[in-house]
Amino acid sequence: MSNQALEVQEKKELVAKGEKTMPARYYVPHTDIYETDDALMVVMEVPGVDRSNIDVKVENDELRVEARIDFAKYEGMEPLYTEYNIGHFARTFSLSHMIDQQTIGATLSDGVLTLTLKKVQQAQPRRIEIQ
Amino acid sequence: MAMLLTNPFDALFEFQQALDQLRQSDWLEASPSGQGAFPPLNVFRKGDDVVVITEVPGINKSDLRIEAKGRTLRIAGTKAAGRAYDGKASVHRLERRGGTFDRAISLPIEIDADGIKAECRDGILALLVPRAERDKPRTIAIS
Repeated sequence: MSNQALEVQEKKELVAKGEKTMPARYYVPHTDIYETDDALMVVMEVPGVDRSNIDVKVENDELRVEARIDFAKYEGMEPLYTEYNIGHFARTFSLSHMIDQQTIGATLSDGVLTLTLKKVQQAQPRRIEIQ
Repeated sequence: MAMLLTNPFDALFEFQQALDQLRQSDWLEASPSGQGAFPPLNVFRKGDDVVVITEVPGINKSDLRIEAKGRTLRIAGTKAAGRAYDGKASVHRLERRGGTFDRAISLPIEIDADGIKAECRDGILALLVPRAERDKPRTIAIS
């Protein structure tokens, strides 16, 4: 897989249930989700976002992530040629598992946000010993 | 079109619209690997110089190779994705893509290849490309 030539993944604009009051466009971050026995791992690409500008919320079995870019870096820059647009990122997932909200772990490296959502104890599979 | 940050609330939206308008530009058309290649590039002018910005989330700077020759820039590297999931994890979604990339672009201006600065932070690679001294416009005094 790693020797495959990489293609551009077009950014998808967010179509939200509730519109934002500010007119700026939001994008849907490309996300990988996988599950281990005790946790749900969510890996999101949020290039250009500083760790202080990320909000992660788990409410009513919904995971909501909002990541805002630092637009000030583009001040004084005049676009000559563009292939992608910039904007904040937002995405919401419905969770089918009970998540322990107190132990959500988040790391950010090279523009990739990794969330570790620990499942609550009773949601974890229990191994039943056969006598 | 100059960026006039008159209203900070509309500034991002205006900037996004400005970026959209240039999507059909043929500025880099004649280059070896023009539109559609990874990584996607945005080119800006900042003062006399040119800034090339690209999104490379998940790519460590040690996996990036940047070369400059004449007025051609080459950005090559490897993006690893999905590697951590093998083993016991069950996969729900796989939207991130990994692979190798190699892209060369020729800028339509004379550049000072020795003066290029590269910065990689939070998944954004920015190349500050100084315009060659001999390419800068000269003011001609009227005698």
